Amino acid sequence: MKITLDWLREHLDGDFTVADVVATLNRIGHEVEGVENPAEKLAGFRVARVLTAEKHPQADKLQVLTVEAGPEINAGAPLTVVCGAPNARAGLVGVLGLPGAVVPVNGMELKVAAVRGVESNGMMCSTRELELGDDHDGIIELPADAPVGTAFADYAGANDPVVDISITPNRQDCMGVRGIARDLAAAGLGKLKPLTVPSIDGQGAPATEIATLAPDACPAFYGRTIAGVDNKVATPEWMRRRLEAIGQRSISALVDISNYVMFDLGRPSHIYDRAKLTGALVARRATDGETVTALNGKDYTLAGDMTVIADDSGVHDIAGIMGGEHSGCSETTTDVLVEIAYFTPERIALTGQALALTSDARSRFERGVDPAFLDDATEIVTQLILDICGGTPSAMTRAGEPPLTTRTVDYDPALSATLGGIAIEPVRQRAVLESLGFGVTEASPWQIAVPSWRRDVDAAPDIVEEVTRITGFDAIESVALPRADGVAKPTATPEQSLERRLRRAAAAAGYHEAVTWSFVSDREAAPFGGGAWSLANPISEDLKVMRPSLLPGLLAAAQRNQNRGADSIRLFEIGRRYLSDAEHPTLCVVMAGSKSERGWQAGKAQPFTAYDAKAAALALLDAAGAPTERLQVMEPVADAGIWHPGQAATLRLGPKAVLAEFGALHPSLARHYDVDGAVMAVQIFLDAIPAKRASGPARSAFTPPALQAVRRDFAFLAPEALAAGDLVRAVKGADKALIVDARLFDRFAGQGVPDGQVSLAVEVVLQPAEKSFAEAELKVIADKVVAAAAKVGAVLRG
Amino acid sequence: MSDYQAMQAELTGAIDAATDLDALEALRVAALGKAGSITGLLKTLGGLTPEERQVVGPQIHSLREGVTAALAARKAALEGAALEAKLANERLDMTLPADASPRGSVHPVSQVMDELAEIFADMGFAVATGPEIEDDWHNFTALNIPETHPARAMHDTFYFPEVGEGAAQRMLLRTHTSPVQIRTMMEKAPPIRIIAPGRVYRSDSDATHTPMFHQVEGLVIDRGIHMGHLKYTLETFLKAYFETDDIVLRLRPSYFPFTEPSAEVDVGYKQEKGRRIVGGNGDDDGHAWMELLGSGMVNRRVIANCGLDPDEWQGFAFGVGVDRLAMLKYGMDDLRAFFDGDLRWLAHYGFGALSVPTLSGGISA
Repeated sequence: MKITLDWLREHLDGDFTVADVVATLNRIGHEVEGVENPAEKLAGFRVARVLTAEKHPQADKLQVLTVEAGPEINAGAPLTVVCGAPNARAGLVGVLGLPGAVVPVNGMELKVAAVRGVESNGMMCSTRELELGDDHDGIIELPADAPVGTAFADYAGANDPVVDISITPNRQDCMGVRGIARDLAAAGLGKLKPLTVPSIDGQGAPATEIATLAPDACPAFYGRTIAGVDNKVATPEWMRRRLEAIGQRSISALVDISNYVMFDLGRPSHIYDRAKLTGALVARRATDGETVTALNGKDYTLAGDMTVIADDSGVHDIAGIMGGEHSGCSETTTDVLVEIAYFTPERIALTGQALALTSDARSRFERGVDPAFLDDATEIVTQLILDICGGTPSAMTRAGEPPLTTRTVDYDPALSATLGGIAIEPVRQRAVLESLGFGVTEASPWQIAVPSWRRDVDAAPDIVEEVTRITGFDAIESVALPRADGVAKPTATPEQSLERRLRRAAAAAGYHEAVTWSFVSDREAAPFGGGAWSLANPISEDLKVMRPSLLPGLLAAAQRNQNRGADSIRLFEIGRRYLSDAEHPTLCVVMAGSKSERGWQAGKAQPFTAYDAKAAALALLDAAGAPTERLQVMEPVADAGIWHPGQAATLRLGPKAVLAEFGALHPSLARHYDVDGAVMAVQIFLDAIPAKRASGPARSAFTPPALQAVRRDFAFLAPEALAAGDLVRAVKGADKALIVDARLFDRFAGQGVPDGQVSLAVEVVLQPAEKSFAEAELKVIADKVVAAAAKVGAVLRG
Repeated sequence: MSDYQAMQAELTGAIDAATDLDALEALRVAALGKAGSITGLLKTLGGLTPEERQVVGPQIHSLREGVTAALAARKAALEGAALEAKLANERLDMTLPADASPRGSVHPVSQVMDELAEIFADMGFAVATGPEIEDDWHNFTALNIPETHPARAMHDTFYFPEVGEGAAQRMLLRTHTSPVQIRTMMEKAPPIRIIAPGRVYRSDSDATHTPMFHQVEGLVIDRGIHMGHLKYTLETFLKAYFETDDIVLRLRPSYFPFTEPSAEVDVGYKQEKGRRIVGGNGDDDGHAWMELLGSGMVNRRVIANCGLDPDEWQGFAFGVGVDRLAMLKYGMDDLRAFFDGDLRWLAHYGFGALSVPTLSGGISA
């Protein structure tokens, strides 16, 4: 919402500057987004008279003028100015730009300069050069009696600062200059002038009958007709200037009047050309599929829950939102119907949303205009039409009734302190409320009558806001929140602690944490079976599907890094996967490029392998407190095409509980995301990690064994297909009491090992309890190990 | 000088002159071996009278000990020299590069969230979370933003396709972290103190807006809470976060459907070398105000919507952008870079794994 200082003074008496207005508006809840004074652009331009005009001695198309620009300029002596405009002539009064002035249209600073050998002391300007219009055929011609020497900005009435205010959606009453003036007056900036409401002596019933057939959507439809208006007249200068200052194009006198009242008083109206109407004009529900061409030139197809203003021939107005092109006023309009209606805000909002049509009228009606301001508005609009366009008014017709109920709110003045944090004297609170138009009855509690234009106020906290904002929030004193006794308690949930630990563990292991978009493209989601959640209104096709995996985002990041020349990529992200059942917290790691650079010791750069992914998965799960010693390495979850068919696995606690997946990605998947080379990845499913039992800080009792552990090596021949993990597990299980660890330390196939077989060497750690092992005991254990290995198909090497 | 002394002098002279371990061993064998000269002398003791033995015995033993000690000393010296000579050949160029351990990092958004959790834990605020795919009721209606409310237009909402008749309400991506307020009030009995950080979404994308960003919400529900407590909490939080006591806030009345009264909160700052440095009074010379937070007293309707009695419970809520907080404190100037995963950016602006914000060690890493 824009206002000008001059316009504000129309409603507000007092000695204030634009700076006072800005500071006060900000203080009372109307954020000022900008202040602009058009006069600043016109500094250095003055009203000037051409005294003589001679042909330039060196150029056919130029003239040498002598120009008088008032006593302040050149001590009143004429200036020589070179000018190329065809209309420059002696006696013309125009606008002179003096040296130092900046031409608004091109930002050029004027200087004293020789033009073809003649010194020019400024420039006579065209409309376009001053950004006042498009005319560039010649220089501006002002009336002959324009005061020579006056600053042009003052002469043109442009010295009127424009203040751009962000009106919050609850304050429809401030979507007109007068409402803002009322708030400023309540805050002590000036005094609100009384609003002059004319009394129109209309004769006879309106020439067009009006009615409302949709009282739920249009409870009130007031109007009158005016015959014999002249819409060819120019809009008065003061009105045109104000409208243009706030960015409204002047269209015709009638349209300008309607707009002016809307921006002045926050009251939209509509003026129909009666010549285009057939029969009575009624507010009614649209019929499904009914169409209308609105004033913006676009066609709209309406639905049955929308409201229209229509006559016998069709729709003339999308009620409260935008008028129809057909019955709009034109130069030839002579008979008009003025509509002042009240539309139910919720319906306007729904219709506007459905049609995706915004307008100044809609933004006011959907916030709720003052239901008590229909009669007065009709009179004010009528009077302006009569004053400017002439004509003969009919009597006013009132179809229906606006919803006029006076709300009363219980209010305890102590609330300004106990809710608002500012102790304000009740007498002061009363004064503030009354200046805003509230009625105050000092009962217990106070009874506050809410003015008809304050639809937003319906409870005591609203009253607190009124008295505290007008007082100013600067008066709020900080008061410490009560503090619990003792040291602050831990607040993190187990899930939060888990995420924090994992994040730091991954960073410590050399991975960089990325944050990637929660939404990906259909193409990116496709390898994961697509996404369960697709946006109806994505910002682009790239950001459309809620990610079913963190891999696409990280692979895209890896690809961008490769494009920038990164040769070793270690990225991770902790975030959610959005599946049909829920949002699942997940940690994903991606490794691409080389694990280590080429070096003087190792030679060539080393690639990442699937075992790097396994190491990362286990280290992270260990950091997460998962029981890694009990995890089983099993086949990947069947997502064909995600993982390398032979170089990936899952870590599970039992067959169902998949805690992590790791391994090499399928090369075609990496290619799908344009990542070069082999890519390793880990996914850890945080919600699958069993929570630790809360057992207090104490650990289980433990004393290190007194006797040293004994190590024995076993070498087995096994079929190549035997998973080494199965062998180790079998060996470890051969004697659960004495074998505390078993570790594979060699794997060999080739010379000395039969085809199709592999040699696997396992180190077994035995822990004696009370006394050292005797040879016979060791033999018994060794036999158990060999027997256990045999069960999985491994034979002790001879 | 006795013969024995002369012999010892001669032998130790030879020992000290030995140039390698082999020569030394030859000397040892010659003196102390089975057929050695000293061994031979010792053998003569058996043939002496006790009186003679009393005189000669100690002299021979002294000779033997002296030579043994000389041999050991020379051996140690020769071994030491040999080791030095060997080590001299093992010299490495210690300027050659060693294998580097990869250095990872924690994203600034995560770091700032950890900082916030730490600061607010000290004030008794727990960290709450909620779904990002929300229903209309939690994101809007319960927060006093009915379908026809103009404030809905302020949220550029991402919607999921409408579901069929009779199905659950329309789902959307939460436009703010405020639905967590609702979920918390419905699940927990007051008094409540929480912050709720997380991802939020608006259909908006330009130089300073991304369709996904991070917010942190704060909520206090208790008895007798007012705007003064809100101001204190925000001041205390910002002082701790920016690590300066020179934080000046300006509260401006504003409007949010879910709070009443509502305030926008500006913080004073100054511009230094192209960066905004938070601190100082925005009205002072060289300073200005910037809008940082939205806040207010929780609207009675919102409290009632959550099944609490608004006559008994009142409190405040606030919201602030986490990415924005990170940028202001750590000096990033491009929001879009937060979501790019550029390793160079992450290495520069990210945080070390061990830089855990703590009250005793400092909030800033």
